[in-house]
Amino acid sequence: MIPDGPTLISMASRLTLALLLVSVALTFIRLVRGPRAADRIVALDLIAVLIVAFVGAYAIFAEDTSFLDVAIAYALIAFLGTVALSRFLLRSRGRASGIPPSKKDNP
Amino acid sequence: MNAIFASALMIVGSLFCLVAAVGMLRLPDTLIRMHAATKAGTLGAGCILLAGAVVAAELGTTLKAIAVIVFLLLTAPVAAHLIGRAAYHQGIALFEKTWIDELGEAMSAAPADPPGPGPVPEPSEDKQGSGT
Repeated sequence: MIPDGPTLISMASRLTLALLLVSVALTFIRLVRGPRAADRIVALDLIAVLIVAFVGAYAIFAEDTSFLDVAIAYALIAFLGTVALSRFLLRSRGRASGIPPSKKDNP
Repeated sequence: MNAIFASALMIVGSLFCLVAAVGMLRLPDTLIRMHAATKAGTLGAGCILLAGAVVAAELGTTLKAIAVIVFLLLTAPVAAHLIGRAAYHQGIALFEKTWIDELGEAMSAAPADPPGPGPVPEPSEDKQGSGT
């Protein structure tokens, strides 16, 4: 998996992978204890972007460019998931403030 | 030279990602946390994928990495807008030092007119308070 000795690229990609792992762990704390559902959706969105960055860094680390296809597919699926979750949030509890989903907020 | 440039891009991008995660943990409000998440997350991922494009230095791989960056840049504002709108309509508690709330003023000025037919005024500068 590690192609050759500790070149600059491999050391930098290892450091990048470690920092991204710490970032995902920190964001996971917010995902667990976020007080509202919106906080959890924001944390999930950030985790998805961080995983896309992780896959890109792993493509550099393993010198295998086919991981970039994984990054494309994961970015697409994460965007669809975020849109679906926020639409669900908007439709489920938005009735209390009288907001139909297509209403424009004209002053 | 390429290796030094790509390594610097990777380190900078991962530091941006770390700043985004710390901001997600420490900032006081949902909308303020979205600021950290969308902006810094996209910039960090963009830097790391740009490093991948620099390392590979061939046409197909570079195009793939740039496609991922463009896709992230296109989808981040849309997702942020949707999440912010949903969060605001949920009635999240704003930070106590928030002094401007244009969407709330607009909603309290025109409460709950039905979305049926009628003279539709031209769309003005709304939804400014629900972004990042």
